[in-house]
Amino acid sequence: MKLLRTLGFAAAATAAMAAANTAQADDIVIGMMCDRTGVTAVTGTVLCPGYHDYIALVNANGGIEGCSVKANEVDIEYKVPPAVEAYQRFKSDGAVLVSPFGTPMVAALLKTMEEDKIPGTSAGFGTAAAANGEKYPYMFPIAASYWSQTAAAVQFAKDKFEGDLNGKKIAYVFYDNPAGREGIPVITELAKQEGFDFRTFAIPVPGIEAGPQVLDITRRFRADFVIAHVFGRAPAVLLKELKRSGYQMDNVIGFVWAGSEGDIAAAGGWDVAEGYNTIQFAGVGSNYPVLEEIRAMYKANGEDPPEEMASTVYYNRGVFQAAVHVKAIENAVKAKGSCDVTGTEVRDGMRQIQDFTLGGLVPPLKITEKDHEGGGYVRVFQVQDGKYVPVTDWYRSYRDTVLRLLEEEHKG
Amino acid sequence: MFHRECGFYKTSYEADQAILAFPIARHAVIGLTLLFLVVVPLFASDYYLSNLSLVGITVVGALGLNILLGYTGQISIGHAAFMSVGAYTAANFAVKLGLPFYITLPLGGCMAALIGILVGIPSLRVKGLYLAIATLAAQFIIEWVINHTPAISGGVAAAIEVERPVLFGWNLNSSLELYYFVIFFAVLAIVATTNLVRSRLGRALIAIRDQDIAAQIIGIGVFRYKLYAFAISSFFAGVTGVLYTYYLGIATYEQFTIITSIDFLAMCIIGGLGSITGSVLGAFFITLLPMVIRIVMESVGPYFMDPADLPTIIGQLRLMFFGGLIMLFLVMEPEGLNRLWLNIRNYFRVWPFSY
Repeated sequence: MKLLRTLGFAAAATAAMAAANTAQADDIVIGMMCDRTGVTAVTGTVLCPGYHDYIALVNANGGIEGCSVKANEVDIEYKVPPAVEAYQRFKSDGAVLVSPFGTPMVAALLKTMEEDKIPGTSAGFGTAAAANGEKYPYMFPIAASYWSQTAAAVQFAKDKFEGDLNGKKIAYVFYDNPAGREGIPVITELAKQEGFDFRTFAIPVPGIEAGPQVLDITRRFRADFVIAHVFGRAPAVLLKELKRSGYQMDNVIGFVWAGSEGDIAAAGGWDVAEGYNTIQFAGVGSNYPVLEEIRAMYKANGEDPPEEMASTVYYNRGVFQAAVHVKAIENAVKAKGSCDVTGTEVRDGMRQIQDFTLGGLVPPLKITEKDHEGGGYVRVFQVQDGKYVPVTDWYRSYRDTVLRLLEEEHKG
Repeated sequence: MFHRECGFYKTSYEADQAILAFPIARHAVIGLTLLFLVVVPLFASDYYLSNLSLVGITVVGALGLNILLGYTGQISIGHAAFMSVGAYTAANFAVKLGLPFYITLPLGGCMAALIGILVGIPSLRVKGLYLAIATLAAQFIIEWVINHTPAISGGVAAAIEVERPVLFGWNLNSSLELYYFVIFFAVLAIVATTNLVRSRLGRALIAIRDQDIAAQIIGIGVFRYKLYAFAISSFFAGVTGVLYTYYLGIATYEQFTIITSIDFLAMCIIGGLGSITGSVLGAFFITLLPMVIRIVMESVGPYFMDPADLPTIIGQLRLMFFGGLIMLFLVMEPEGLNRLWLNIRNYFRVWPFSY
């Protein structure tokens, strides 16, 4: 009985504190799903601090047009039911924008978000088909889809071989799940156009074994170029194996989840990955004005900048995502002239985003009513002497082919 | 106190066999029904309704696993795979043939039951750990097959979008409608299981669990009944998958991985093996634990730590609690939440006397 009584007091105290802690009513709320635990923790533990830091910076500078923003975060462990719960929580918090994390979660929430008229972003995952703003009016991929990335990778290879891919052999290595297979239709189409030979190599889930695939690629198929669409533990394993087989690393290009500082450390360090190319949808590196501002903000508070900032690939993506969210809300607030914006207004704000580069950290996005992908721009960064060096400008390629396939996808 | 068990005389076989023998049980059931069908929908926000819907769906799955694990004593680590079988069956029928949910739902269940029987066949020869590995294999095989068969998975994305359930032209769209949709099947599953375990079939399953050789000697066809158990359990799992599909509007196998199977095992263990109340309590507990931890930490946390660290800590805390509680229950209360509930009930049964 004593225990019960203690528990009762604890519960009462909790309730009292909870009441004291509720958010101010005039905050604009963004719902942020995060993966700090679970299979994708590698990403979430770095990306989410980046997101929060940018939001803190915006609030420190007086908020969005005078309205303060609050990013409510829920850790969903890369599982669907917690994502549904998190979404409902954001909705009850009055969120005007949510950011689901992970392809299956986006799929599970797509319909509900449309019914509730709350826009969301899915930077770097989700199906390529979601780029169609007419079919999915409330989902914004905002970053290059896997289809655009495939096209960009092929273009990169083409430039590498002086504009001629005819007769070349390209290996498409992918993590064996739906997201991993996503690029195949595009590369099949481009192989026809450019006359190159390609073969697919699947790395089985959970992606900790790539030896046989690499032997196949380097000894049997003798690929001239390797496109790697892998994530989780697979990038590190793949890099290690490719290095061991003596493959020329500057003939390898990885998609957006295959090339963070963490992956390279896990593969055995920068020496192993020297020459490796990575496709990025947000700028990499520490030399962006906005990162300086974040560091200055920490300094002003007498704190050191967080160590996550050193992992620039994912940290910058967090900043990128937050910046686009804030920009969309800013557009909505400006249009309405008050802080009291709705989901639909934020969606319209999202559709006005263009010429917003944040000093090079954000690609030249141009989101329109039809194109929620924002153009599909990427930039290739290469590993050189222990750091990422940009080797291209923001670019996109084979846009016609990608758009045509999208069109067919929606018809079929 | 307010309940006396003396003075109720049963004068017919019907009365003797009634599920709810005492008035207090009937009152409790009526009370719970009122609570979940009237009071909760009236007062709960969308957030709580959607959480309760998720709990309702998990109740069906947990009951199914408990029939196999708790009542028959056959372990299965492939429970989530059967859910995906149900989910994809229903999604394909709903999208390709345009069938309504009241046809696709039993179809999904039956398909899962069929696959369940196939997977259950080794259970005649292998027991315990070996059966665990056999069902684990089923989990991976089913996952692989769905992942690599576009005819089942509906293309590269391996996800099939499904329209929300329609009942006589009425589209079940809002949280409230979906809540009733889910609750209906959860109640159906509870009633079905209650009746199952007190039938001849259920008693045979319990006999097999307690001592399979003895069960065989008294004339129970062990193999056949084990297959029944697998079929019924998989049917429940299949229905769970269908409910998830309709609730989320999409079937995706990535939701039904080995981790989900483990979650359901945890529900049965924490709730109480071989108990219906336990399954329900376990489903509530595992589904709502993350939510409760977060709410508590978000309200209490800022008083003794940096709010910026909270998100990280909440995630880790949940994992620690999850693992810790399973161990705690295994060591201190192997019969799970159900035993705790029985302890409380038995205390008040004779209150104010000690026994």
